[in-house]
Amino acid sequence: MTLGWYLAVSAIIFSIGVGGVLVRRNPLVILLCLELMLNAGNLALVTFARMHGGEGGQIFALIVMVVAACEVTVGLGMIVAISRRNLPVDVDELHELNG
Amino acid sequence: MSDVLFFLAAIAAIIGAVGVVAARNPFYAVLALVCHLVSLAALFLLLRAEFVAAAQVVVYAGAVMVLYVFVVAYVGGAEEIRSGNTMRILGPLFAAAVAIELCIALLGSALSGINSQGAPYKLGFGTPAQIGKLFLTDYLFAFEVASLLLLVAAIGAIVLARRRRGLEDDDGSIARVIGERRPSYTGTMAEGAGTRQVYQAIEASRGGGGSFEVGGAEPTERAPAVTASEDAEPPAAVAAGEGEEAGA
Repeated sequence: MTLGWYLAVSAIIFSIGVGGVLVRRNPLVILLCLELMLNAGNLALVTFARMHGGEGGQIFALIVMVVAACEVTVGLGMIVAISRRNLPVDVDELHELNG
Repeated sequence: MSDVLFFLAAIAAIIGAVGVVAARNPFYAVLALVCHLVSLAALFLLLRAEFVAAAQVVVYAGAVMVLYVFVVAYVGGAEEIRSGNTMRILGPLFAAAVAIELCIALLGSALSGINSQGAPYKLGFGTPAQIGKLFLTDYLFAFEVASLLLLVAAIGAIVLARRRRGLEDDDGSIARVIGERRPSYTGTMAEGAGTRQVYQAIEASRGGGGSFEVGGAEPTERAPAVTASEDAEPPAAVAAGEGEEAGA
């Protein structure tokens, strides 16, 4: 399998994630779609590492995993705080900072 | 063989991704993401990234998804109101435009490695030993920053999601708790040790030792505490006075 196929799969997964972030309104599902986009980036990074023959891309993918875990932790904490205050779990309704 | 594996894993990954976006119930979306992540780990294995694949399965599909499942169970899979018509039409259109643009940019680029099988394989490429050696030599700073970032994220999540006390019980609750009557041994080693002998020694030194029955008919642990709280009026008053001083 040539490496272009992997890059094509990565592009398709990334655009599915983009569409999910635009269409869905539940912040939980939006976080899941962000995970999709980060994983598509990871696949591209690992593919480029294989193309280049060095492990730098794999290290980069692992750091992206760490950042994704941090983002998930903080995002889920915010969602728990939102649902504790009985606010609607919906990104269109949460516009308190709107003025 | 590797072609078959690639197509199986790629199709499973794309189906999982579509399932994440399309599932109405967030719980099914999380399960679809687990399927997506596992098939992505298979793709990583095909790319000879063994350690990344293992970390993907253990960290992502294991730990992070468990966190998601807990939060979905906490928040509840409320039926989502579908988004407005403009976004329902524009969103997929924009996503398709992004997909076409990315495919043109990636596959139409002049990268010489696009149509190859990759660089020649060298022994130990992508193994945990190699990754660990790189993390502790060339990429040490990124490694340390990642650990600090994880710590900050954990503390931030605790601060964000903790149970906040409202304004309803700010009527001097700390002073009230401090001012309450307590047994005389509160705050001493005897409270932690919890032995009857220590209680008896303290009460005897305060002059109230006669109220205990050493080796009595009911050698329960609760009896001395109750007796102490009843008998220890003057020391408790002293303790309350000290507590008020501390509170003030």
